[in-house]
Amino acid sequence: MCGATEGGLSLDGVDVKKEAIVQGQVLRDGEPVPNAYVRLLDRTGEFTAEVPTSASGHFRFFAGNGEWTLRTLAPKAEPVDRRVHAEVGRVAEVVVAI
Amino acid sequence: MSRETSLVTAQWVEEHLDDPKVVLIEVDEDTTAYDKGHLRGAIKLDWTTDLQDQVRRDFVNKQQFEALLSERGVANDDTVVLYGGNNNWFAAYAYWYFKLYGHQDLKLLDGGRKKWELDSRELTEELPNRAKTSYTAQEQDLSIRAFRDEAIAAIGVQNLVDVRSPDEYAGRLLAPAHLPQEQAQRAGHVPTSINVPWSKAANDDGTFKSDEDLKALYAAAGLDDSKETIALCRIGERSSHTWFVLKELLGHQSVKNYDGSWTEYGSLVGVPVAIGDEPGEA
Repeated sequence: MCGATEGGLSLDGVDVKKEAIVQGQVLRDGEPVPNAYVRLLDRTGEFTAEVPTSASGHFRFFAGNGEWTLRTLAPKAEPVDRRVHAEVGRVAEVVVAI
Repeated sequence: MSRETSLVTAQWVEEHLDDPKVVLIEVDEDTTAYDKGHLRGAIKLDWTTDLQDQVRRDFVNKQQFEALLSERGVANDDTVVLYGGNNNWFAAYAYWYFKLYGHQDLKLLDGGRKKWELDSRELTEELPNRAKTSYTAQEQDLSIRAFRDEAIAAIGVQNLVDVRSPDEYAGRLLAPAHLPQEQAQRAGHVPTSINVPWSKAANDDGTFKSDEDLKALYAAAGLDDSKETIALCRIGERSSHTWFVLKELLGHQSVKNYDGSWTEYGSLVGVPVAIGDEPGEA
């Protein structure tokens, strides 16, 4: 992953000042989980977006200002919810342990 | 139509992986997902190249569709089972598209690729080898496809169901947060359309909710099932998911998918547009 920041996805080409980024990694016993699904739910719990994790267990959303919930689904694991606060100009990093 | 005739479970598909008359077809928003692993024996259709005219904004025509399915080895009497990622958005779109061209025996894999993966079922990178066929399509069944003038005529008259997220409906966003920004000129929704996000029809694992839950969902949202219905979203993929629910699972008589959807409507000159969370006046 050329240009990757330590422990995370590369932000090359992303104008961080204009985006409210929520990103992170899904881990099981400290190991990346490449076949998980992460859903972004809005403040009312409504589905907004969903992405599969990358080969290194990473995910990223371009959200908006406010409170969000990340719901992570993975094989042989119960769903895990994590609250996250996003704001434009900031990268919210979330590690999800399943 | 009903759940029994139009939907199959992952278990059913696993039991039919070696059935030569069952053709599994993956159609994904991420058109590279198939290449990283797919259901054994499944072929791939690329919604951006195989199913779209490459010059005009429209579908491939009848002859092109016939050539496509013949080349990929799909026969008229095959049972076609569609599945894909992102909660079957594009698989539902392909299902509707196959219906449009008159394929008879069609199923959607409940939960699609996600449910299959969450169940830890087998995926392979091996490419299938299907013998060519001579496929014959029907003329498009326009009783299930709506065009822009019908969407305008439906304002205040028919059910218009906008299945985008609440922020897109209200005009606060032009596209979902993770997608390429194919955008309309204006944000908002068709006046009098109700907002029932597609996701309310599905469980977290991508399977459809029960018929009872689905009936209650649309009744609570104010859908009048004595009227004709047009479903729309941004480019017609999520609304295919809702079209599938209303037409195939719940058996409503007249349901059309407006594939032009908001990217067309929101770029038309002179049509009425509502913004905010309320449907607005005709």
